[in-house]
Amino acid sequence: MIETFHFGRRAALLAGVAAIAFAYVVPASAQTPKDTVVMAKQIDDIISMDPGESFEFSGSEAVTNIYDRLIRFDLADVSKLYGSLAESWSVGADGKTYTIKLKPGIKFHSGNPVTSEDVVYSFTRAVTLNKSPGFILTQFGFNKDNVKDRIKAVDATTVTMTVEKPFAPTFFYYCLTSTVASILDSKLVKANEKDGDFGNAWLKTNSAGSGPYKLVSWKASESYTLQANDAWFRGKPANKRVVVRHVSEPASQRLLLEKGDVDFARNLTKDQLEAIRKNDAVQVMQGRKGSILYLGLNQKNANLKKPEVREALKWLTDYDALEANIVRGTYVQHQAFLPVGFLGALSDRPYKYDVAKAKALLAKAGLADGFSVTMDTRNNSPIIDIAQALQAQWGKAGVKLEIIPGDGRQTLTKYRARNHDIYIGAWGPDYQDPHTNAETFAINENNAEDAKSKTLAWRNAWDIPEMTKKTSALVLEKDAKKREAGYLEIQKEHQKTSPFVIMFQQVEVVAHRKGVEGFILGPSFDNNFYYNIAKK
Amino acid sequence: MSAASVTTQGWRAWLLAPEPKSRAQAKLGQAYLGWLAFRRNPLAMVGLGIILALLAVAALAPWIAPASPIAQDLSLRLLEPDATHWFGTDELGRDIFSRIVWGARITLTIVALVVVIVAPVGLVVGTAAGYFGGWFDAVLMRVTDVFLAFPRLILALAFVAALGPGIENAVIAIALTAWPPYARIARAETLTIRNADFIAAARMTGAGPMRILVGHVMPLCLSSLIVRVTLDMAGIIIIAAGLGFLGLGAQPPSPEWGAMIASGRRFLLDQWWVATIPGLAICTVSLGFNLLGDGLRDVLDPKQQ
Amino acid sequence: MTAMSFARSGVRVVFTVALTFLGLLLVTFLIGRVVPIDPVLAAVGDRAPAEVYERVRLELGLDKPLWEQFWIYLTKVLTGDFGSSVLTSNKVIDDIFRVFPATLELATVATLIGVSVGIPAGVIAAVNQGKWQDQVVRVLGLVGYSIPVFWLGLMGLLLFYAKLGLVAGPGRQGVAFEDLIEPITGVVLLDSAIQGEWEVFRDAFSHVILPAAVLGYFSLAYISRMTRSFMIEQLRQEYIVTARVKGLSERRVVWRHALGNVLVPLLTVIALSYANLLEGSVLTETVFAWPGLGQYITNSLLSADMNAVLGGTIMVGVIFIGINMLTDVLYRLVDPRAK
Repeated sequence: MIETFHFGRRAALLAGVAAIAFAYVVPASAQTPKDTVVMAKQIDDIISMDPGESFEFSGSEAVTNIYDRLIRFDLADVSKLYGSLAESWSVGADGKTYTIKLKPGIKFHSGNPVTSEDVVYSFTRAVTLNKSPGFILTQFGFNKDNVKDRIKAVDATTVTMTVEKPFAPTFFYYCLTSTVASILDSKLVKANEKDGDFGNAWLKTNSAGSGPYKLVSWKASESYTLQANDAWFRGKPANKRVVVRHVSEPASQRLLLEKGDVDFARNLTKDQLEAIRKNDAVQVMQGRKGSILYLGLNQKNANLKKPEVREALKWLTDYDALEANIVRGTYVQHQAFLPVGFLGALSDRPYKYDVAKAKALLAKAGLADGFSVTMDTRNNSPIIDIAQALQAQWGKAGVKLEIIPGDGRQTLTKYRARNHDIYIGAWGPDYQDPHTNAETFAINENNAEDAKSKTLAWRNAWDIPEMTKKTSALVLEKDAKKREAGYLEIQKEHQKTSPFVIMFQQVEVVAHRKGVEGFILGPSFDNNFYYNIAKK
Repeated sequence: MSAASVTTQGWRAWLLAPEPKSRAQAKLGQAYLGWLAFRRNPLAMVGLGIILALLAVAALAPWIAPASPIAQDLSLRLLEPDATHWFGTDELGRDIFSRIVWGARITLTIVALVVVIVAPVGLVVGTAAGYFGGWFDAVLMRVTDVFLAFPRLILALAFVAALGPGIENAVIAIALTAWPPYARIARAETLTIRNADFIAAARMTGAGPMRILVGHVMPLCLSSLIVRVTLDMAGIIIIAAGLGFLGLGAQPPSPEWGAMIASGRRFLLDQWWVATIPGLAICTVSLGFNLLGDGLRDVLDPKQQ
Repeated sequence: MTAMSFARSGVRVVFTVALTFLGLLLVTFLIGRVVPIDPVLAAVGDRAPAEVYERVRLELGLDKPLWEQFWIYLTKVLTGDFGSSVLTSNKVIDDIFRVFPATLELATVATLIGVSVGIPAGVIAAVNQGKWQDQVVRVLGLVGYSIPVFWLGLMGLLLFYAKLGLVAGPGRQGVAFEDLIEPITGVVLLDSAIQGEWEVFRDAFSHVILPAAVLGYFSLAYISRMTRSFMIEQLRQEYIVTARVKGLSERRVVWRHALGNVLVPLLTVIALSYANLLEGSVLTETVFAWPGLGQYITNSLLSADMNAVLGGTIMVGVIFIGINMLTDVLYRLVDPRAK
């Protein structure tokens, strides 16, 4: 027989320890430190913190708080540009040579001065690496072979850039305001280069900028932490540290906010917004963003290819009910591809829910009894809710909608391969010029499978040689008025004929603790700033 | 004494006859004894009651449910439970009670289909491995090892992602992850009887391996498999709900209980019923299967006590 | 057992394990390639132009035939190179060393809870076989088998965090406490205790206790059940009767003699349930936003980030096979009767 220890006593001991431990867990003080701003946000889309590579929404916001750019636009009036690192900028008579002069005396986090060398290096780097956002610069004709000749330092504070064609100057300037045109500390980056990677590997998790914050750490899908740059040329930030933590569930975000565990909750949805209005300790700010929520109808599908069917689906969507019941506060109705806030945005909303009209159109298309169609839907709110509501609305005219739920990347893979019937999703502009959305929604250079440019029009196999030509021509239009008129005209036609059911424009909602004020909510994700946030 | 009770008495006597006259009578008698033992276990009877109720609800869903499970009314979103909506309404204004009732069908379908696939596969693989032994056994057991060394839900998730969403695919995915333990059990049982005298006798009479496996080995493995199946049903329900919860099980708008929890978790703080009630439904049904299985084990598999 | 046969069985074990691993990798690899998710998307995002996309696709070696991709991966793994995760852009090894301690912490606390409640409960049930205590333990155990873990987690959060405020919410640490201590073991509870940072310890404890209690309930269900059946068998044994006849107190007979004798098989049970928890409880980690192994593998899978999925799978395989072998060895060492 094996003699063993006194288990009874030990169990009692363990139970005692557990009891003490429980008693010990009094709620930890529900207060974040005074000089630290804490946010709960979905940041699992971040791929890199390198401005030459970062292109997803969350990444852009982080990068914009770390790096400065040459010029920026006024957040209240997007049409006004102002110099950030640049003192002046101008275009020559040929419409192709731009001269940019830097402000003197600005320093990077490292203490190195910001010079024309850094500007040349930053642009050369972005063009040569040519990662996801690289095209914003390369669309002006820069490539790794000619960038040396086309982007040059004239003296310590002057840079010239020569573009391929006489593009509309605002088009070029707006592209300079995007994150890929951030100015990097060339000395510091060069010291961390490895195998000619322009410091890409190092910059994924480190920073070399001049902006209001330095990057302390980024852990993918967990958090990023920024440390204030007290020597920022536009003034010391109002806080010392910003911690943004990934919290995927909006419900959890709300809970953390209401408990005071975080200062900001960034992804609340309609029902949570309504619920927190009752809480006096919490406030909400809202601002329009450029993201467009739309349905893409694949033209490879014989039914969806019929113009009447495309139009019928636009009449079959109950925009009012969707807004009122599912997305209020986070989206507003919008039916054209240029979001409000852009040059040439069209605010007409010709479509409303009209089953009779839709039925008539379907009958005209020979589908009086409706038809069956699938929709690839990512399984998160509000997309999946909208999809189910559409399912019921379309059913009224006999259109049987089958929802295929999937993870985000899964549905996207299918969409990009043009294997969908209908895709429901959002599209955000790449930069602040109308060409960004016009290009993707209204240009399809080559509808073949192996096309080089795979715009949203291509993804939905919408072959539009005429519209492509018209839209492309507008980037060269120097007269802003004429350019605006051109985009308005294209959008009107697009509304009638396109295989896109454009439903909403995003409203970004930022919920925060009362007394934590000063978050700057810009018109795009790379114009959300932290430096003004102060705690009372 | 009435005629009816005489007949009952007669049946009882026939079933409990100490010397049954036929094999059928013996088998039925044994089953009846089992039933008597089972009936004495109140928990098992509760389990049986729950399962019978589930079957009834599933069968009579169209008559029990007051509304269609997919009928939306966006103006009636997130209503509290009351006299018209016993379990309240969900985020699209659908009646949760009706969805729960119809959801019973989905749950039962999943369970039944998985069992129909898994039990025979496990039985065949396990008995074959146990009976033939050698490299055949080694290979099959390595394969089960590979599957067992993988977190079950992640494996199912991967299969669903590969196959696409939908009940049928969820069933296939769950089945693919569920068979190895059955094979293990069947193999273990087979090993204990492989060298038994009656098997040797059968072999002497010239029975081929197929006949021995099907005719002699498999029937003996059945009782432990049945116990395992009943106990596993709860696990199947929970895995299916987990897939639904991760958004890759059932397709909307089907009222799968796990998916209902997933969509209701957003409203947990203010509208507790949306996520709580489907959760309770899952708990009740899987508890029913567990109680039943537990009772069955006591009856069919006394050595497990 | 002679040295020769011992060596031979050792070789056989190694061979079997290697074979199992190879199978595991192959299955994982194939699943990853069958999943209709484009791995390039995780690397470049949706908005990358076609040429960037194509370049990255080539960099990831996705243009090569499947068997070649697998072969390349295998040869790299054999030299200790598990590659980089596309999603986190870290080395997979580093990622796993980061996420595994989180899972380890959760699983360990959960197992402690399961053991400290489950074993006494099982013993009490066995001693009172058939009485109400037995039924209570039985139902409690069966309920544990019947509740979906994610639902129990949600209900726990609703009650203990949102309504009562007794424990901390989702996540592993309060934001204010992050990065305050040096990661030595990666297990926050240990690290903070070693460094005497009791505030951090307290915060971490209040985060871990709820998910651990939820998981612990499931291991409790299993452990109490097995304890009960082992004990019932022991209590029937001759020596128990003898001990009782000798006049030993009932408490001593049950808790010392009988329980002492079932500790070895119990150890196996506990190890198995521990292994199960270590494999990463995907759903618990999802509900509690716990940055552990289960979530890591799931996220990687849904991005078709194959290096990460394969690395995670190997980790899980090592745990599973390792713990199995360990209990086997323990069993042999402690109980000479076992063969």
